[in-house]
Amino acid sequence: MSAKRTNAAYSVVEPTTTSKRVAGTLVVLYAIVTMIPLLWIFATGWKSPPDSISYPPKILFEPTAEGHCNLFTTRTRQTDEFIESLGPPRGMCDRITRERNMVIAGESNYFPRFVNSLIIAFGSTFFAVLLGTISAYAFSRFKVPLADDLLFFILSTRMMPPIAVAIPIYLMYREVGLSDTRLGMILLYTAVNVSLAVWLLKGFIDEIPREYEEAAMVDGYTRLQAFWKVVLPQASTGIAATAIFCLIFAWNEYAFAVLLTSGTAQTAPPFIPTIIGEGGMDWPAVGAGTTIFLVPILVFTILLRKHLLRGITFGAVRK
Amino acid sequence: MADVSLKGVSKSFRDVAAIRSLDMDIADGEFLVLLGPTGAGKTTTLRLVAGLERADAGSIWIDGRDMTKEPPPARDVTFVFQQYSLYPHMTVYDNIAFPLRSPARRLSEDQVKARVDEVAEMLRIEHKLKNKATALSGGEMQRVAIGRALVRRPAIFLMDEPLSSLDAKLRAELRLELKRIQRELGATILYVTHDQIEAMTMADRIGVLREGALVQIGTPREIYEAPVDAYVAAKLGSPRINLLPRTAFPNVPGPPEAVTIGARTENILFDGAGAASAEGAVDWIEHLGDQNHLHLSVGAHKMVMLAEPDTELAVGDRVHLHLQAPLFFDGDGRRIGA
Ligand SMILES: Nc1ncnc2c1ncn2[C@@H]1O[C@H](COP(=O)(O)OP(=O)(O)OP(=O)(O)O)[C@@H](O)[C@H]1O
Ligand SMILES: [Mg+2]
Repeated sequence: MSAKRTNAAYSVVEPTTTSKRVAGTLVVLYAIVTMIPLLWIFATGWKSPPDSISYPPKILFEPTAEGHCNLFTTRTRQTDEFIESLGPPRGMCDRITRERNMVIAGESNYFPRFVNSLIIAFGSTFFAVLLGTISAYAFSRFKVPLADDLLFFILSTRMMPPIAVAIPIYLMYREVGLSDTRLGMILLYTAVNVSLAVWLLKGFIDEIPREYEEAAMVDGYTRLQAFWKVVLPQASTGIAATAIFCLIFAWNEYAFAVLLTSGTAQTAPPFIPTIIGEGGMDWPAVGAGTTIFLVPILVFTILLRKHLLRGITFGAVRK
Repeated sequence: MADVSLKGVSKSFRDVAAIRSLDMDIADGEFLVLLGPTGAGKTTTLRLVAGLERADAGSIWIDGRDMTKEPPPARDVTFVFQQYSLYPHMTVYDNIAFPLRSPARRLSEDQVKARVDEVAEMLRIEHKLKNKATALSGGEMQRVAIGRALVRRPAIFLMDEPLSSLDAKLRAELRLELKRIQRELGATILYVTHDQIEAMTMADRIGVLREGALVQIGTPREIYEAPVDAYVAAKLGSPRINLLPRTAFPNVPGPPEAVTIGARTENILFDGAGAASAEGAVDWIEHLGDQNHLHLSVGAHKMVMLAEPDTELAVGDRVHLHLQAPLFFDGDGRRIGA
């Protein structure tokens, strides 16, 4: 009767050694293929401008912080006399810049753009997941009139490419003064992500037996408290997975950002390709900017990895 | 503790009538067992009392107050669910403490701990308190679920087959334990089960449900000895009551309108004094250790009766049967004289 349970749901039937080897090889190959561009970007960030565009490309090179220095600064060309009159260089970037006959004129826009990206991406993710969780709970638990039609309607906002609505949104935003504002971008990304969030989370919440909340309510909790204490902890897997998907979209979004932001609210993706050095693109700075740009999402994903691994199966294999 | 009454309660799910105009009174401190086949509306009845379903018609009274429209927290009941009763993200301790920590109660953590420890000891799960709820056997889970109900001392306990996934030994122990606790606390319990031993031993009264209607309600003895119809008669008793056509026993005196005759296994004697009611042949014998079940053919009909463990009867033997106080049912299955 009372079957013994183990926590892990591993199969007792081990895969054969051959199939494990084949699978292992495939995974490694796939990882290499996907990692090469990333490694290339990372390497470019540490190359000097001539190394970054040399042909054939250099695999081995002498690393320099020039790309990172250029990323965070703006520089002006000066005469040797003027540079000598400045006295000894202050810090590494100052020295590297002077070697190129330039002086640091100020900070670049990378840092504020990066902060914009953080605020907009995390802000919109927060609201999309919040709205998504509440709506998904309502769809899952209550008799919502026309629930099926509403769900379809919510999904239909994702059926065309976002850029198709970019022009009307641009016009509307300009009219109401939301263009090139962080609030405008947060609203926009929230709107795009909320449909994904509702659908994903509804699946997760459907899987949580109602009896859990009902038991809590019988025991003296209100529905809201039961939702908070019982439903949310059990939906945490789904919430984490949904948050990561929303964040990745908002973090990487390019088309809307190019069109709707240009100054104060510009995010990093449209900014990075505009980093121009002397005589064209400053590839090391672009490489450095892109590498640093990947860090937040990497950290976020690693923090939520435990949930993600279970959540990414969309509730199919839980427990 | 409190009494409950349901007055003309009905509940439908779309086109399915789960409960049809149910009238039922449960006295303060009474242990009422609901029996019925699957889909009879037992769970629905409990959910209506708990406030988890809203009645379509009728009213529900708890402790003399009309609770028909009150939400679950206002009703001071506790519910042991048929399944899914523990929160997987909490430890056993937190699961049991959960009802005590509800905003409706406000106990200090020391008080909570005292109550949880007391209940855990009663149910012998003290050593599992630190476990995650998922790291328990089925039987342990069910004991924790019962613990979570007991810890609160509510007005009414609603229990939906709480012992169903336990093994026979544990079930027997917990049966006694629950009955003892109920007596001690003077608890009002509405209890659903499929197990007739549970029904017979624990119930003050048994209510038999069928297709959402209360067929009969009464003490276990009444239900057993004076069932209103053949359906209720077949619900209690193991082996089941023998229901045979009246014509199989022409010698047995009885009312003229009887169509079916019902004889419980223990009310059939063989080779006694006086004229035999019928003659049967032994088809096979089940040896259960403390008793034997004799499977007989009486004419074209099959029946079962009890025999001593040391019976000398063998397959093929013919026996004379004497029916004692048989039950008679009319053409609709209703017991004559009920
Ligand atoms: N939420 C629901 N939606 C639709 N129909 C339901 C719902 N709950 C119960 N029913 C129906 O109501 C009837 C009574 O169900 P209920 O769960 O009360 O039966 P039960 O006596 O508890 O059965 P079991 O012994 O199998 O637990 C059944 O026909 C069932 O299909
Ligand atoms: Mg049920």
